[in-house]
Amino acid sequence: MLEGLMIGLSTAFSVTNVLMVIGGCLIGTFVGMLPGLGPMSIIAIMIPVAITIGDPSAALILLAGVYYGAIFGGSTSSILINAPGVAGTVASSFDGYPMARAGKAGKALTIAAIASFAGGTVGVVLLMIFAPMLSSVALLFHSAEYFALMVVGLSAIAAFAGTGNVAKAVLMTLLGLIMATVGEGALYNLPRFTMGLMDLQSGFSFITLAMAMFALPEAMYLVLNPARSETGGEGGKQGEIKDLRISRAEARSIAPVIGRQSIQGFFIGVLPGAGATIASFLGYAVERNIATHEEQQEFGKGSIKGLAAPETANNAACTGSFVPLLTLGIPGSGTTAILLGALIALNVTPGPRLMVDDPQIFWAVIVSMYIGNLVLLVLNLPLIPYIAKILAVPRTFLIPFILFFTLMGAYIGQNNATELLILVGLGLIATILRFADYPLAPLLIGFILGSMLEDNFSRAMQLYNGLGFILERPMTLGLLVLAALLVVVPSYRARRARLRAEGVADD
Amino acid sequence: MMKSTLTRRAFAAAAAAVMGFATPALADSHGGGPMMDSIHFLIPGGAGGGWDGTARGTGEALTEAGLVGSASFENMSGGGGGVAIRYMIDNSESQHGTIMVNSTPIVIRSLTGVFPQSFRDLTLIAGTIGDYAALVVNTDSDIETMDDLLEAFRADPNGTAIGGGSVPGGMDHLVAAMVMEAAGEDPLEVSYIPYDAGGAAMAGLLSGEIVALSTGFSEAIDLANAGEVRILGVTASERVAAYEDAPTMVEQGIDVEFVNWRGFFGAPTLSDEEAQAYRDVLAAMYETDAWEEVRARNGWVNIHNSGDEFRAFLEAQEEALGTLMRTLGFL
Repeated sequence: MLEGLMIGLSTAFSVTNVLMVIGGCLIGTFVGMLPGLGPMSIIAIMIPVAITIGDPSAALILLAGVYYGAIFGGSTSSILINAPGVAGTVASSFDGYPMARAGKAGKALTIAAIASFAGGTVGVVLLMIFAPMLSSVALLFHSAEYFALMVVGLSAIAAFAGTGNVAKAVLMTLLGLIMATVGEGALYNLPRFTMGLMDLQSGFSFITLAMAMFALPEAMYLVLNPARSETGGEGGKQGEIKDLRISRAEARSIAPVIGRQSIQGFFIGVLPGAGATIASFLGYAVERNIATHEEQQEFGKGSIKGLAAPETANNAACTGSFVPLLTLGIPGSGTTAILLGALIALNVTPGPRLMVDDPQIFWAVIVSMYIGNLVLLVLNLPLIPYIAKILAVPRTFLIPFILFFTLMGAYIGQNNATELLILVGLGLIATILRFADYPLAPLLIGFILGSMLEDNFSRAMQLYNGLGFILERPMTLGLLVLAALLVVVPSYRARRARLRAEGVADD
Repeated sequence: MMKSTLTRRAFAAAAAAVMGFATPALADSHGGGPMMDSIHFLIPGGAGGGWDGTARGTGEALTEAGLVGSASFENMSGGGGGVAIRYMIDNSESQHGTIMVNSTPIVIRSLTGVFPQSFRDLTLIAGTIGDYAALVVNTDSDIETMDDLLEAFRADPNGTAIGGGSVPGGMDHLVAAMVMEAAGEDPLEVSYIPYDAGGAAMAGLLSGEIVALSTGFSEAIDLANAGEVRILGVTASERVAAYEDAPTMVEQGIDVEFVNWRGFFGAPTLSDEEAQAYRDVLAAMYETDAWEEVRARNGWVNIHNSGDEFRAFLEAQEEALGTLMRTLGFL
């Protein structure tokens, strides 16, 4: 391994390759900030450039740089304007946006940068040490287990409910699940609930729904509820918006979160059917569940732990997804599928033999991941004050800017004007729900998990001719029990805490 | 909406003007100049998919080789490709400078009625490349040949699950059913497990959830080169040079051939001259080094069907797939 690392170091540290990393990270970060241009589209656009370079190591290093940059940039729009451009950064907006609203945008971006760096770096170390062994872990999960994992993900909804809002959160989750059934599922040959609209045939697009549920109602809220925004971030706190400093106590409180989530996120990322989105939701839920009661109250209102958890987990998971990609040639997500295509176009065949046949490529990618993570941190920390300043722009300019960003995000991916109508329609409904105090995050989570839940469930049903898989596969059963515990334990704890507060003696 | 239409109109007028200038340039007297000033490629899916790669690769080869002055690309996803088809038809007059990439699913989805239109509503330019289909198993599987697979299938059709990256009634399922039918088995007995993408289906095969996988041949070659799968049979008429070790279905006594083609379509109101100009430029492309490089890099097989041949090919495929889909109960 040490020998391999040396090969990688000497390849990655050539002048060209270091420039590739820096260039890739820069492009990725800036384009990734635009909702609607996720890592997938950016990489697809960069592939011809990478291929012109010719040298597979240099090309891959460039693409990998673009990939981390885009993931990193994606959190910026989540945190600053509540507009998550990719599913993996939805969870980052739960606490990142409230922090920004409270005038702590600089701090939120710094935590995101550090958490991403740590998650990515720990992930690379794990990838380097365990990649060959982990290829078998990636294949442990069958459809039955993925179904159970999605149930665990859904049970995490409890974490977003807030106090006394459980019924509303459950309702919103169900609405999200229902919305996921629109269009042709992966398993059916016929469109469902499309109302005859061709534009709904592939279902609601994630980006349209994310903009409609998060960014648009938030902008409307700012317009319709000026009293709240006066006390919000833009007024008078400009010094603090740019402030990056994290206190020693804060660092101490997020360190264990980052440590746990780097590892958990990485292993979820290794599973080809799970990925960064599931990793970030589960990371958020787990951290909320093991936090103290006081800290739990903070979640959803600007908790630094609530921001650090998904940011660490999604970056670690992205690194983890390189395990099945490089060692088995299995892409776990749309983005890694494109990377696989690029590898093959460069005459590199990922699979068990890659490490033997092309060690310099394998190791150059690993080393470039280290460099990429470091470059991102170094590039971004000095830029954060300037990026965060966006929020210091007067509301009369900021809100149109957010609206423009939102509309563009929904249009840019599909070039279909009907998406804009769908966005505005759903956005209005979401605004009403927002004012009626219905949480919108569970809806989006239900929507994201819904189709994976249904697909894996029906596949398992078909393979086992019924529900037998629940009892026949121990891991499925174990995960379902875990999901049940995730729902029951927090509500039991909350109940006990309430009873204690009311002075009633508990057991 | 209104505004976007107007802008598109204005753009179309400009494009039409360019086309007007381009037509005389088609004459050979221009010598080394491009055969066409520009082509706009409409891609019915998102960046990074198979359609996207085909359009961008073709555009790259055409401009590199100097056959076309410039190429532009537009991704219009939605409706599994249906939105782009509708757009080509509704805005036909303004889309004479545009060609749309498509492939076998346009035939399948028109048959099921998911698309209200069919290839007949567009101007057929040419089929340019193709990929055969293949059935593969895990390298450490006991199944070595199609005969072994058929034996396992006869013994336990339900336990011999065949997976693929498309919906039931989609291409991967139809290929599996087509092979089984040609082998004398009941295609309705095939236990087909759908995955939402090729990658997930591959993971299903390697994890042992499914016994065999129905997939594209080029994908199968990559996996076979990595030592992960064994190719039981390919749906070509004879062995393919890119991977000579893979036996054909035909040589194993299963009389079936199938090509997943990719090709280009023009707006319905395209004149014969305009359509012919596109066909000529695509035909000229095959002779260039630039195309050879793009083709080899992507592992594509040249399967060129231009104009009327393309129509005959599509009609034959529609007929064959239609019959099979009726047998399977999808129509």
